[in-house]
Amino acid sequence: MSAADEHGATPVRGSIVACPDGPLLVRGDVPVVDDRGEPVVKRRATVALCRCGASAIKPWCDGSHKAIGFEAP
Amino acid sequence: MKSPQPRGPLGAAVLDALTAAAPRTDAPADDRLVQAARRAVEHSTDLLTDEDVQLTLFVLYELHYAGVEGVDEAWEWAPDLLRARAVLEEAFERELRHRVTVPDGVTADRRAVADTLFALTAPTPGPSLSRYVGRQATDEQLHELLVHRSLYQLKEADPHTWAVPRLAGAAKAALVEIQADEYGGGAPDRMHSALFARTMQGVGLEPTFGRYVEDVPAVTLAAVNAMSLLGLHRRLRGAIAGHLAAFEMTSSLPNRLYGDGFRRHGYGDDVTEYFDEHVEADAVHEQIAGRDLAGGLAEQEPELVPDILFGACVCLFLDDLVAAHLVGAWERGESSLRVAA
Repeated sequence: MSAADEHGATPVRGSIVACPDGPLLVRGDVPVVDDRGEPVVKRRATVALCRCGASAIKPWCDGSHKAIGFEAP
Repeated sequence: MKSPQPRGPLGAAVLDALTAAAPRTDAPADDRLVQAARRAVEHSTDLLTDEDVQLTLFVLYELHYAGVEGVDEAWEWAPDLLRARAVLEEAFERELRHRVTVPDGVTADRRAVADTLFALTAPTPGPSLSRYVGRQATDEQLHELLVHRSLYQLKEADPHTWAVPRLAGAAKAALVEIQADEYGGGAPDRMHSALFARTMQGVGLEPTFGRYVEDVPAVTLAAVNAMSLLGLHRRLRGAIAGHLAAFEMTSSLPNRLYGDGFRRHGYGDDVTEYFDEHVEADAVHEQIAGRDLAGGLAEQEPELVPDILFGACVCLFLDDLVAAHLVGAWERGESSLRVAA
């Protein structure tokens, strides 16, 4: 297997960034599932998970943390 | 787009020149267009609402995007035309710098820059275009909103893409991450411009770029021209980064309300998908744009901090100006579209 094939076959390592007073930015090969383990379809490569609880499109962020003045612990 | 009708002597001179082939490189310099640009700037009482100047700038910039039907593509880099454009741009930039108040004393630190941008763009209570649209806009006013927006949203993201080769490292990676999503992440039908085209189609409007340019007043064109101005000049790379950050930071919550306005009138998912997509996408983009793009650029090139904030202020100032025009007209019971002179 060439280096290129290896690279192509290797999933992008996942990362989660906790944005100050904002959402959790999730990149890479991290499946998002609901409480029964069913996958929640990700419609983009990088997604933002709601952390303030006020989003109307949970599990995704919709910017509501700004409207409610959310402060991350 | 189709070549529009001129709105004054400058546009008449430029659009007339563009009907001929671009001058050959060995042709002597011709000062007529630069003189016409100087006269237009001198006689203008408010460049931001000057129909002749903004329409002409819009056409000149369009030569760098998808072009203008019937116009020789070589005009894009014709020195006489670029000199005329430079006269307009110099005056336009001077006016923008005069009209906005840029916060000072912000340190070149990603957290400080992101915090400042989030503070500048913080949601405010009270009247706004998105609340008007969400709660009370008529069907006709919703159509008008899409007509105004079509001059940008059918080429959504393009002006900021000019910045890609001017950036490096973390800031470049951040911009590309945002733009890749704007361009559908590899799926042409998910491109934001394609989603907007479906919204237009869904309400019976023609989703061809520039189709409604004659209907749109100078202030709407000025907001689009500002993006081209900031995007096309490398020296303004900080400003286009800041512009994108402010644009993304003022998108998620308003787009929910825009979608509500169309749902209120019974439109379906084909029409509201564009707005719903932006609620979700721009909540991601605003974090990347504020922290990694604008904040990252500030740490790489600390001297760009004032320009990053200037670009953000330009975005907010012109958005407010456009919003005031639309809501003002609607509250008077008038159309916000242009009545041809």
